[in-house]
Amino acid sequence: MSTTVDTKVPAVPARPAAEQAPAQSKGYWQGVGARLSRDPVAMVCAGLLTLLLAAVVFAPLLPLADPFTGSMISRLKPIGTEGHILGTDELGRDMLARLIYGGRLTLMLGLLPVIFAFLIGTFLGVLAGYVGGWLNTVIMRTVDVFFAFPSILLAIAISGALGAGIVNSLVSLTIVFIPPITRVAESVTASVRSLEYVDAARISGARALTVVRVHVLGNVMSPIFVYATSLTSVSMILAAGLSFLGLGVKPPQPEWGLMLNTLRTAIYIDPVLAALPGAMIFLTSLCLNLLSDGLRSAMNIKD
Amino acid sequence: MRKGIFNRKTNAVRAVDGVSFTVAKGETLGIVGESGCGKSTTARLLVGLEGIDAGDLIFDGDRLGVDLSLKDLWDGVQMVFQDSYASLNPRLTIEETIAFGPKMRGVAADEARRLAHELLGRVGLAPARFAGRYPHELSGGQRQRVNIARSLAMKPRLIILDEAVSALDKSVEAQVLNLLRELKDEFGLTYVFISHDLNVVRYVSDRIMVMYLGEVVEIGPVAAVWEKRAHPYTAALFAAMPSMDPDNRTEVPPLAGDPPNPIDPPSGCRFHTRCSFAEPVCGKTRPKSVAVDGAADHDAACHMLDPISGHSKSAGGSRLEAAE
Repeated sequence: MSTTVDTKVPAVPARPAAEQAPAQSKGYWQGVGARLSRDPVAMVCAGLLTLLLAAVVFAPLLPLADPFTGSMISRLKPIGTEGHILGTDELGRDMLARLIYGGRLTLMLGLLPVIFAFLIGTFLGVLAGYVGGWLNTVIMRTVDVFFAFPSILLAIAISGALGAGIVNSLVSLTIVFIPPITRVAESVTASVRSLEYVDAARISGARALTVVRVHVLGNVMSPIFVYATSLTSVSMILAAGLSFLGLGVKPPQPEWGLMLNTLRTAIYIDPVLAALPGAMIFLTSLCLNLLSDGLRSAMNIKD
Repeated sequence: MRKGIFNRKTNAVRAVDGVSFTVAKGETLGIVGESGCGKSTTARLLVGLEGIDAGDLIFDGDRLGVDLSLKDLWDGVQMVFQDSYASLNPRLTIEETIAFGPKMRGVAADEARRLAHELLGRVGLAPARFAGRYPHELSGGQRQRVNIARSLAMKPRLIILDEAVSALDKSVEAQVLNLLRELKDEFGLTYVFISHDLNVVRYVSDRIMVMYLGEVVEIGPVAAVWEKRAHPYTAALFAAMPSMDPDNRTEVPPLAGDPPNPIDPPSGCRFHTRCSFAEPVCGKTRPKSVAVDGAADHDAACHMLDPISGHSKSAGGSRLEAAE
């Protein structure tokens, strides 16, 4: 048997410290999932949100009363009334049905603007942060102009200018969320851009787009994503606020903000009933915030 | 920003504005100096990561921007970075990191992967165990080996090592230095080795270049520079080295104060504000680079070495007493 001696044996054997580590590492998202599943608070919140989402999506299949049909004789029935578990509103419509159907619009107005703003803001921010120079100045100073207005004022102003309606609310909320997401995206991109692995990728001769796709996006996505998740609850509250002011959803459409507005007159008759839509907004945004906190720590790769 | 006129010939750099050096094929040029003296900027200029404001960079006879595109330059010149953690993408396995460069050159994914495994083995990391790992699962020395493998994957002829071993502890540093030496012979590489550690530079370099505030103050073969220390700054830098001999310890710091602000460097000789031999001429005129003891390959920029500078110690080709 011939034995060829490899003269290019490494001078130094691998150091033992790393030998305990597994030979094959799990993928990044598997790791995030595993860490998230060990976080009880995040898991409870995720469970509640899933339940809400399922109820809202499958609302027509649930044995619910018609959310639009009222009855003059059964107005403002308290919680626990037979046939109306959560009572009825000021026009005698079933509260449970209206809360669940209302969740459809409220969640949509909470999620869609953030998703749109996430896509547009990430694009603008990564562009500004990676290219830098005058392009950065143009994008970021424009964004700064929007920061001069408080977000609720900006949403009201844009909605007021565009007119009431669901689509206009979506547009105005998207515009409100683009600047903060752009700013976060720009700052994380600029810091990743200065790291040496981006330099190393550049001197491999890769095109700028490839460098961004392979080396920048993956490393800026999670902070932007976590930040955007935390905006969802803000978006929901702003949407409810717009509806409350009559700039968003129009009656008789059920929507939590609008319901809060119309039930306001009943606050002395049945305060618990009148506060129900508010409690839903509170619970949902609390869950979203806690979940985004959990995501933030689960995405920290160094742990 | 510092401006330098670069002029490289056959794997070599020559600058006219103070940063003047050549790197011959197959040699190792060590660059030393304090923090902030422009070592890293020089490194980044050499690989085209920083734009050159004025002057040329010539690689193998081709002028960057004229006969040579950045892409062509990167076919021949690669860099190993200082921070082993920041220089590896935390989201990519080390196999993906090494294979990225070749893939960008059009090497098929399978072939790039095979090359990555081969190079991992060569730098002392068993591919079967390490290829699928992420950077945070490796030690500093292992990460730096990955960095070296990544630069080798581009099949360069010149590698810029910017403080490549500075962050490692001494035993690992020695291992990596030995690895670098072996790789140099095996792949026929040329190194520009940047470090603030004089002992390390002496160990790996054929020639040594001392920088101060963005200028070259002395350049020459390691032995000659080590022995003569012709420039007062070189002498001070060497005197600041901790000695292993208890009888030979320096009690007085050889250099007083911090380096001046490089944005507004001192006039004349940039070192005159901290130099114990400074005379009025040093603050007025910029010293020319002159041969030390008539040696063609050993230059230093100091008025005391230039017989016509007007410095009182300049007459008769004086040599400094080391670290006065």
